[in-house]
Amino acid sequence: MKHIANWALDTAALRGARYADGRIVAQRSRALTTKNGKVGSASDAESVGMSVRVIADGAWGFAASAELGRGAVEATAARAVEIARASARVKREDVRLAPEKAVAAEWSTPYKIDPFSVSVEQNIGLLLKIDAELRSVAGITLAETNLNFNREEQWFVSSEGADIHQTKVSTGAGYAAYAFAGNEIQKRSYPNSYGGQWQNKGYELIDELKLVENARRIAEEAVALHQADQCPEGKFDIILDSSQLGLQIHESVGHPIELDRVLGMEANFAGTSFLTLDKLRTLRYGSGLVNVVADARQEHGPGLGTFGFDDEGVPAQCTPIITKGLFTGYLSSRETAHAIGENRSGGTLRAEGWNRLPMIRMTNISLLPGEKPLRLEQLIASTDRGVLMQTNRSWSIDDKRFNFQFGCEIGWEIKKGRRVRMVKNPSYSGITTEFWNSLDAICSSEEWTLWGTPNCGKGQPQQVMGTGHGAAPSRFHGIKVGSAYKSS
Amino acid sequence: MGRRHRDFTGSRLGAPIRVRDVCHRMLTIDQAGDIFVRIKKLSTADEVEVLFSGGRFALTRFANNTIHQNVAEENYAVSVRTVFGGRTARASTNKFDDESLRHVVLASESLAKVQHPDPDLLPMPDSREAGGRADRSVRSAQAPSRHFEQTAAITPEARAEGVKTIVGAAERHKLTTAGVYSSAESIDGLFNSRGLSRWHTQTSAEVSITMLAADSSGWQKANSPDVASLDPLALAEIAARKARDSARPREIPAGKYTVILEPAAVLDIVGFMFWDYSGMAILDQRSFLTGRIGTKLFGDNITISDDVAHPLHSGSPFDGEGVQRQRVDLVENGIVKRVVYARATAERMKRSQYRNKVGPVEATGHGFALPNEMGEMPLNIVFAAPQDSQTLEQMIASTERGVLVTRLWYIREVEPYEKMLTGMTRDGTFYVENGNVQGGVRNFRFNESLIHMLLNVEAMSAPVRACGEESFDMVVPAMKVREFNFTEVTKF
Repeated sequence: MKHIANWALDTAALRGARYADGRIVAQRSRALTTKNGKVGSASDAESVGMSVRVIADGAWGFAASAELGRGAVEATAARAVEIARASARVKREDVRLAPEKAVAAEWSTPYKIDPFSVSVEQNIGLLLKIDAELRSVAGITLAETNLNFNREEQWFVSSEGADIHQTKVSTGAGYAAYAFAGNEIQKRSYPNSYGGQWQNKGYELIDELKLVENARRIAEEAVALHQADQCPEGKFDIILDSSQLGLQIHESVGHPIELDRVLGMEANFAGTSFLTLDKLRTLRYGSGLVNVVADARQEHGPGLGTFGFDDEGVPAQCTPIITKGLFTGYLSSRETAHAIGENRSGGTLRAEGWNRLPMIRMTNISLLPGEKPLRLEQLIASTDRGVLMQTNRSWSIDDKRFNFQFGCEIGWEIKKGRRVRMVKNPSYSGITTEFWNSLDAICSSEEWTLWGTPNCGKGQPQQVMGTGHGAAPSRFHGIKVGSAYKSS
Repeated sequence: MGRRHRDFTGSRLGAPIRVRDVCHRMLTIDQAGDIFVRIKKLSTADEVEVLFSGGRFALTRFANNTIHQNVAEENYAVSVRTVFGGRTARASTNKFDDESLRHVVLASESLAKVQHPDPDLLPMPDSREAGGRADRSVRSAQAPSRHFEQTAAITPEARAEGVKTIVGAAERHKLTTAGVYSSAESIDGLFNSRGLSRWHTQTSAEVSITMLAADSSGWQKANSPDVASLDPLALAEIAARKARDSARPREIPAGKYTVILEPAAVLDIVGFMFWDYSGMAILDQRSFLTGRIGTKLFGDNITISDDVAHPLHSGSPFDGEGVQRQRVDLVENGIVKRVVYARATAERMKRSQYRNKVGPVEATGHGFALPNEMGEMPLNIVFAAPQDSQTLEQMIASTERGVLVTRLWYIREVEPYEKMLTGMTRDGTFYVENGNVQGGVRNFRFNESLIHMLLNVEAMSAPVRACGEESFDMVVPAMKVREFNFTEVTKF
């Protein structure tokens, strides 16, 4: 494949580009679902193509095509240069790239079992077994399950000499049980909502998730929610389980630290950020217990934001984002690093596929666990009055990432250190920095999970990317609960 | 995090570019037909269906008054569905060489063969049942042509000049602008082994503009198959005026307000209910219309249909099985009349406990490509014009105290049966008092039931084609709604 990519680099250089890179990507995916005892969908997809990104006349151009013949590749490269020259008609200054040592490297996701090697019969058998468990509970009106496998192989070359071959494998699985009765639909999901848990792992993830073992409990909770009281409204301490906290991190830390947003590049669609450049190393983002990193390295774990190199050839790194509560870092790229006085990219530029322009994306944005041993039950036991909320049901945040509101599938009222009752429709809301400054306890590493968010949307045309978020259950003091249901 | 992604294969596909030095031709129906014949020969299945999608797409993106991203792609995908005795599955590829086609057929067949037979799976439709034309040279007679040569011919230079015009407007108003100017030329096609062949080509162009001031912003967006109907400068001027007029926003308390929702804001919020206008959603008991069809759910002034042939709409006139999309009257004077159906869903509904409670039950040509879990959905929504339409200015003039909303953002469902939604206002939120706009206000979070909202519509404008970021394009009016529930205020 490298020789194909080099055709593009040669053409770009011939046409006057001062920088060019090429990515050839081969993607394969399998998606299997069931619904109420039947296969819902079974599909395989493959997509192969190449993109060329160039700087000419000081501006960016990008073109992509599925055709990999020499003539088509050269035409694609020529098109990228032509587009760059058009971009230069409306520019204020030339694009500058932070220096990066060009490397020749191989990298691949470590995994034990190739997910595509497991038979479809076995997979469908597993999903139907889960489905049967869910529907064995009286009151379940809809059961949905899913398995997803992805493999992406990429060859990256640049006019600076980079030559990187990288293969990523990811696996996802989950299910949901719905109970419709009266005028109410209640739902419980496992291990997380909206597709379950996803990691850069092989099929070994499926066994680790204990999917069948938890199905009956989840279905029973969905039905029991109909008898539960409405979550009380007011200001309470809340404890978020690690999956909900993972999404809270995604929305109220991960997005606002994207430097392209901060610099206004996403203003028309995803929005901007309250984290203007003057906030770096001056803003008290959270309480002293809050330590957040952006870590794409394998040693952080098999997150959807784990890789060897980003899509402009920068090695995976760990960037401290919040250090003992102080805001200390952004997600950056070679083009944007200079804006924060850095002479090297943070290595976060990624593209959805061969036909999309790489852009700043979250890697694994994780809240580090508490240092003192603390299990969830101990945290509950130390809470006088509050609500434990589990599994996201709805999420919304403004376009600068200040005001948020989350709903969860299930809540548990806590009084004097004990879970006293199940409550339905729990929700909470707040302002990002006020919320993170109210954090007063984080469970320790035994409770920490690296969650995968497979559907992060950003960019125009929109790109969907997987991100990782490690979190342990944590407690927040004096949070506004229930305003979503206040009245209408 | 984005919304849950669903596969729209065969019903809505993006795609687009023509650059002067590369004279590629779009995939034609004849080329697709030849590929279908090759696939059919490779397959041992009882039935074979092949979907074609793709085209050329180009998008010029600007921010900080400069073009910072500028992309083009060309891609076509072929998606093969095979059937063996009631068992079906799909595989897709973007490579059309013999080995790739052999591989994709094998993948589809391998997935299909290991499943249990599905008693609800119907034989593929023939051209008579699909209501289409077997004659490849004839376009659907029911929908207007949505392919415009002028749109297909847009160059990177032309888009750059359009952006220059927008940036010029920003600079005249001492503002910063960000947005996109995109163009596309795309195909959707379907062939099956019962002789059905469907083909649709279309173009599209889109301009979206945000104007930013120190503490305020304004936004406008428009798209059309015909680039001649877009006016980037006019859009830029409106967005600039909104940014300027909403400067120094003041905070007013959350609470229930009369709101005037511009068409994009209406589209953003009402789009969240149309997944539920589906026979499958009723059968699954996940629709807020379960038990409510035939009841008066909304105000007398709410009448909604789905009509792919509406002159302001775009998209292919056939669904994921190739069935002709029919015009369907969903809501009449506030009464929910019916939902839409894919072929198999209609047959299931006829055998279900709901069959006498859901209005007319028949395939309407709104199915997604098979196999899928969601069934069907109306995608060409048209709100009927009110008898006494009002302009936005008239709505403002008759408002004693209210809020004018340009667009909404990050809308999510809080409660599915009462259709309680939350979200934010964005890019131009104004306080209205004594019939006049009194300047910008800080953005609100709302928690509002769609049912409640559509019961409280006091006035509407004439419907227009609107586009936003939270829902698909529709023909909707601006609405004046009483007692809209804002629950919180943000910091800007």
